[in-house]
Amino acid sequence: MNIAIIGAGVAGLTCATEFVARGAKVTIYEKGPSIGEQACSWWAGGMLAPWCEGETAESSVVKLGQHAKSWWKTHTAQVQENGTLVFALDRDLSELRTFAKRTTDYQSVGAQEIAQLEPDLGERFSQGLFFPEEAHIDPRKSILSLFDQLVSAGVIFKFNCEVEPGTLSGFECVVDCTGLAAQDAIPELRGVKGEMLLLRSRDVTLQRSIRLLHPRIPLYVVPRGNGLFMVGATMIENTERTRVSARSVFEMLGSAFALHPAFSEAEIVEIGVDARPAYLNNLPKVNWRGKVLTVNGMYRHGFLLAPVMARVAANAIFEGYQIPELMDEYCY
Amino acid sequence: MLNMYGTALQSRLMLGTSQYPSPASLAESVKTSNTQIVTVSLRRESGDSLAGQHFWQMIQSLNVHVLPNTAGCHTVKEAVTTAHMAREVFKTDWIKLEVIGEQDTLQPDVYALVDAARLLVQDGFKVFPYCTEDLSVAGKLLDVGCEVLMPWGAPIGSGRGLNNPYGLRTLRAHFPDVPLVIDAGIGLPSHAAQAMELGYDMILLNTAVAKAGDPAKMAGAFAQAIEAGRSAYEAGPIEKRDMAEPSTPVLGKAYLV
Repeated sequence: MNIAIIGAGVAGLTCATEFVARGAKVTIYEKGPSIGEQACSWWAGGMLAPWCEGETAESSVVKLGQHAKSWWKTHTAQVQENGTLVFALDRDLSELRTFAKRTTDYQSVGAQEIAQLEPDLGERFSQGLFFPEEAHIDPRKSILSLFDQLVSAGVIFKFNCEVEPGTLSGFECVVDCTGLAAQDAIPELRGVKGEMLLLRSRDVTLQRSIRLLHPRIPLYVVPRGNGLFMVGATMIENTERTRVSARSVFEMLGSAFALHPAFSEAEIVEIGVDARPAYLNNLPKVNWRGKVLTVNGMYRHGFLLAPVMARVAANAIFEGYQIPELMDEYCY
Repeated sequence: MLNMYGTALQSRLMLGTSQYPSPASLAESVKTSNTQIVTVSLRRESGDSLAGQHFWQMIQSLNVHVLPNTAGCHTVKEAVTTAHMAREVFKTDWIKLEVIGEQDTLQPDVYALVDAARLLVQDGFKVFPYCTEDLSVAGKLLDVGCEVLMPWGAPIGSGRGLNNPYGLRTLRAHFPDVPLVIDAGIGLPSHAAQAMELGYDMILLNTAVAKAGDPAKMAGAFAQAIEAGRSAYEAGPIEKRDMAEPSTPVLGKAYLV
């Protein structure tokens, strides 16, 4: 089967990987000049943390997100399986209690266990939640590694190519993975702006994603190795993709400092921003829009849910499966 | 029926629109709460070029009155600018005026609040000021032309309920004819019911609903509590007594033994 995919973000590349595995010939059209920052997945945290997401996300995210770890392990060598630690500062401990009430599959840990898991945080926190089954990946390395594998598998990439899904001919199927760029065609799609920082510190060492709960400014820090830390991320209801506000940076740095004061001497390596594509229920969707299959609305769950969405898309195309109305009924 | 700035209202619940798990969950909560007014913030969402349009259109499609707010503003100038932008975006002269004075408790800067209220009223706005239960500040806000007051129950998002029932009772007694809305700090339906029993006209909720495990269900619970509290106020509650008074006759029983 001859398939065109539009968009080379995490949605497009995971779909291509699934399609190639089923013997398809795939061409990917990407409006940007290369794999990279034109896709909002470039700025992602890369947390494979379905249980933590259960704090606010629907149960289908928790359930289907659990497949992400094994998918990424099969397709990249980058998966860090060290779990997630969740903390709150002393005066916000009610946030930790609420988080515990809304999530599952964690262990409550005290000072000693925290010191064993993350020696640098042992003196700073005396209680927390440990989600041992969670993992994280480096989104950029993972995306580039998918790209390399796809090129080796004969997938054709056409960069600097902005195409309308309806106008492509010569393909048996066209898959639209353009994220927020599809907003004009899909009115219910909206952008949720996120800002992130990349810090470098030689004074802090972390093995796993850390979440610091706060009533106003929740934060996560994901270690990237070599002293690099991804710090994120804001959630603002607008579609701006390029403008970072002083308040956001100020708040993220303040929270990072509260997590560990050594971050005050960290180097700011990068300040990033983009808007996540989301539907009104903040759940992703695979659906036919005429002859075009649309895979969109990953919201803040790109790396967590793209593998499932790609498999649902593949089943629809190759097996003719009916796509369920509710994401809860999607099968991996 | 409750009347605020010439708008008659049946529902005595106002709902804030931030922090929900999703816009769909917000829409559902608006339904179950039966609210007729939602508040919405602009300061942070507007970005450089009103980039929040999409979210605001979604709010407008809920078919309820929109009360834009100046949340996140710390000065008179910021608040006034945001109010003007809100008037343009939502085509309404209503503005919920917040001027934050203290970063930790988010309590209002009452001096800046009165100044900003004066400027906005002169400019034709119908101002809903977020204030405390302080009587003199309330009086000044009315002097400059506010016709509604929105005192806090407790700090924003704290869920502590009515921190100062005495002060709130006094405020109600001093301004019997001014619509009074409890703006912040409500955590439980029982808090809302208590405020309504004191004779408050309306309750504004956001965090208590948005951050609940099931926002839509909690919105419904608040709607019932607010209705119950209002009915209780109208029905005329009894006063507390020190002596027990049996509600069944005691005649013929050995009650003097």
